[in-house]
Amino acid sequence: MDDVEDERSRLAWFLTGARGIFSLPAVILMLSFVGFCSLTAQAGIPPEQVVFMTGIVWALPAKVILVSSIMSGASLAAAFLAVTLSSVRLMPMVAALVPELRNSRTPTWLLLVLSHFVAITAWVFAMERVPKVPRDHRVTFFAGFGITLVAANMVLVGVVYHLVAEFPPLVAGCLFFLTPIYFLASIWHSARHPVIYVALAIGLVAGPLFYWIAPEFDILLAGVVGGTLAWGAERLWRSRREARP
Amino acid sequence: MTWTDGWWAYAFIAIAGWIATDLWRWLGVLAGKRLRDDSEALNWVRAVATALVAAVIAKLILYPTGVLAQSPLWLRAGAVVFGTIAFFLARQKPVVGIATSIAVLAIGLWWLGF
Repeated sequence: MDDVEDERSRLAWFLTGARGIFSLPAVILMLSFVGFCSLTAQAGIPPEQVVFMTGIVWALPAKVILVSSIMSGASLAAAFLAVTLSSVRLMPMVAALVPELRNSRTPTWLLLVLSHFVAITAWVFAMERVPKVPRDHRVTFFAGFGITLVAANMVLVGVVYHLVAEFPPLVAGCLFFLTPIYFLASIWHSARHPVIYVALAIGLVAGPLFYWIAPEFDILLAGVVGGTLAWGAERLWRSRREARP
Repeated sequence: MTWTDGWWAYAFIAIAGWIATDLWRWLGVLAGKRLRDDSEALNWVRAVATALVAAVIAKLILYPTGVLAQSPLWLRAGAVVFGTIAFFLARQKPVVGIATSIAVLAIGLWWLGF
């Protein structure tokens, strides 16, 4: 029976993931990409290269840092270092997502390929939706969402590149502000573990604090020190509560 | 030769952009495969990932680039505070918080003559 049935449901789950392109996070990300287009147009980067960058780098903060390095005339080594340091966060994000996505038969190569589609939006979306998808179909669901989202944004960037130079500053400013506000609201909304709330609050304070103390490594330090603190505090609170009669 | 010339621009983007980001994603897959989804280690990884993203959020709000770099901090902070209040009043509906926050920012920018 089941090969045909299984094929069909696999396609259906891929399409369910692809439909995520119409979700609030995807729409907000696309608006952020319109904002990114205006940044690259101001920097004088040709549209073909912006499309290439969108597909191959994908993470928006990494691209913003890459573009700023290019604008400041940084060497390849300096640009590589800046982007590498800013992208360390992708490792714990992927590491937290993989146990949710895979089943015992998921091949490692497939996870390596699909990990390319992880950036903040896809991560927030997947952490929120994947638990409601049957485990055997989670990888397919995520592939459908990730591939569609990247492809759609590559097309979008190519199309709107020439239009954005004309945006009034008020619109450009609001487009830029959407990204952090959306991340904030959706992480709080989708948190399924108490530790997430604590980590979010501590990270918000630790980010600027470490930017002040050690601007080169601020995000990394805020994550490791702030995250560990949040984990320790939540764990302590949990064990106290369990110990109480 | 400037960096926008031909293949060099693509090689630059591939090395400083693609390798620099996918390297961490691949390491994340290898680390994540060893984590059980109910383990304390995964709880720690979750906390670190969330704190990292939160730090990025705080930096985008406090030290924005482009047009917002010229906007006053009190306006951006005010937009976040009003958005947060609306978010909790509306039983944690993200769209309400986001819309309120952007509306406050838009009115403020307009009032300041942007």
